[in-house]
Amino acid sequence: MRLRDIAHTRSGDKGDISNISVIAYRLEDFALLRRAVTPQIVKRHLEGIVNGDVTRYELPSLGALNFVLHRALGGGVTRSLALDAHGKCLAALLLDLELSSPALRPLA
Amino acid sequence: MGPSSIRIGSGAGFAGDRIDPAVALAEHGKLDYLVFECLAERTIALAVRAKRDDPEKGYDPLLGERLSAVLPGAAANKVKIISNMGAANPVAAARVAAVIVRKLGIGPSKIAALTGDDVLAHISNDSPLLEGGTVAEWPGQLIAANAYLGADTIVQALAEGADIILTGRVADPSLFLAPMIHEFGWRADDWRRLGQGTAVGHLLECAGQVSGGYFADPGFKDVPGLANLGFPFADVDADGEAVISKLTGSGGLITAATCKEQLLYELHDPSRYLTPDVTADFRDVRLEQRGPDAVAVSGGTGAARPEKLKVTLGYHEGYMGEGQISYAGPGCVARGQLALGIIEERLKRLATEIIELRLDLIGVNAVAPSATPPSEQKEVRARVAARTRTPQAAAWIGREVEALYTNGPAGGGGVTQSVRPVIAVASTLIARERIIPRIHWEIVS
Repeated sequence: MRLRDIAHTRSGDKGDISNISVIAYRLEDFALLRRAVTPQIVKRHLEGIVNGDVTRYELPSLGALNFVLHRALGGGVTRSLALDAHGKCLAALLLDLELSSPALRPLA
Repeated sequence: MGPSSIRIGSGAGFAGDRIDPAVALAEHGKLDYLVFECLAERTIALAVRAKRDDPEKGYDPLLGERLSAVLPGAAANKVKIISNMGAANPVAAARVAAVIVRKLGIGPSKIAALTGDDVLAHISNDSPLLEGGTVAEWPGQLIAANAYLGADTIVQALAEGADIILTGRVADPSLFLAPMIHEFGWRADDWRRLGQGTAVGHLLECAGQVSGGYFADPGFKDVPGLANLGFPFADVDADGEAVISKLTGSGGLITAATCKEQLLYELHDPSRYLTPDVTADFRDVRLEQRGPDAVAVSGGTGAARPEKLKVTLGYHEGYMGEGQISYAGPGCVARGQLALGIIEERLKRLATEIIELRLDLIGVNAVAPSATPPSEQKEVRARVAARTRTPQAAAWIGREVEALYTNGPAGGGGVTQSVRPVIAVASTLIARERIIPRIHWEIVS
C-alpha cells in the first residue's frame, strides 16, 4: 500500500521553505498516517531535495499532517535554478511512499 | 445594524490568473465584494524596477485588461473591488482605473489607492534577516522593501466610501478580512472573529485552488470541468462563519477535501498563522459539506496580532540563463547525459562568471533527483540553468545549448533559451509605528 491509497497531499512555498500537507481521505486512517509518515521518513523519501530540518504539525480534527521542509527550494523560489522552483511537484512525489509494513496496516 | 451576511468573491489567485471566471462572478455572483490577489513574493521588486524606469508604471501589467473586463458587471451590480494590483505604484494604478471607469461610462466611482508599504528608506544595513545574517550580508543589491500591511487601511477606505481599492503589499487574507471588519464592525482585538475571518480569507486567496484547481489526480481525485473552473465566493456571517461555494454550472468541485488542501496551503504552524491583523489558529477549523459545491467553515480562532510587521526585501542577484534541448528514441538518456557533459566542460571557461550551475535531464531527474531512468524512456530533455554575474554570461548558457544542434550528440532538437534578472527575496521585521499608511483618491463623478 502506498500513501496515495489513503491520503492526498498539496505543497506550498515560502522562501526556501516548502510545506506539504498530508490529508487522510478517511478520518479513521489518520492514526495510521501519524504512525507511518514521520518527519524522518519524509526527509529520507525526499533525499537530495530537502537539505534542512523537517517539522511535523498535527491537525487531528481534519485528519491531516503538515510537514514543513526547511532548505528545500534550492535557496528560495526566486533564486532557485530548479525546473520546479516552487516545489509544486514535491507533494506528489511523497504519494509514492510505501506503507507496507504489517504494523502500519489500516485498522479494519 | 450591519447586514446578517455578506458575499465575497475571489477573482484571481495570482497575477497571471484567468480573467473570465471573475467576469462571471461580477455579473452573476450576487456579490458584495470581489477581491483579486495578484502579488507574489518577488513581483513587487520587479514592479519597483518598472516604476524606476517609468514613474507611471510599476502596477500589475494586467490591471487594465482585468478591470476593463470586470468593471461593467461589478458596477451594474454594485460590487466593490479590492486588489493588490497596485503593486509598487497604487497611485498610478488608481489613475488607470479612473480612465477605464470614464471610458466605460460606469461612474460615479470612488477609487482609493493605498500606500505606505514601501519601507525601503527605513531599512538599515544591520537589520537582522529572518533567514539569518543582516540586510547587508545577503548577496546582491537591495532594490525593494515592502511591509505586509493589514486590513485596517482598507477598512478605512471602505468606511470613506471606496468602490475600488488598489493596494501595494497587503497580507493576502487581509484583503478578504477587510470587508468583514467593515461590514460587521469587528473590534481590532476581537481575535476569535479575526482568526476565523482570516481562515476564510486564506481559503479564498488562491481563487480556483479551493474550487477544484491544483487538486485533480485522475482515478484518485477527479474534478469535472477544469477548462471552465468556477472561482469561489463565501457567504460570511457576522461571526465570520462562512459557506464557500461557486456559480452553478461552472466547472470544478468544492468539497471538504479541496478546502482542507487549501487551508493548509503555504501554512507552517497551524496554531500560529501570522498576519498583520491577528495570530490565527486553524487547528480546530471545521469543514462540513452543506450541499453540492458548498462547504461550511467554522472554528477558526486567534490570539493577539504580532507586534512587528514582516517586510519582504527584494535583491537584484545577478541573472539566470537557461537552455533546453530534446533527445528521443533508443539511447536518448545516454545522449542527453552526453550533451550535459559537453556543456559542463564548455562552461568551465565561464567559471568566474557563473555563481551556480544546474544540469537536469527532464523526464529523468529534473524534479526528483534520486530517480533512476526508466529503461524504456522514449524521450528526454536536457536542461542547463545557471545564475551568473552578467546578462552576457547568462545569454551564453542558451547559446551553448543551441550550439549542440551541430556540435553535440545525434538527434538533438527543439532548443529553447532564456535570460532573466534574478530577484531574490529575504525577510525582516519592522515596528508598526514606522509605517505611515495613506489613502489617495481618484473620484469619477
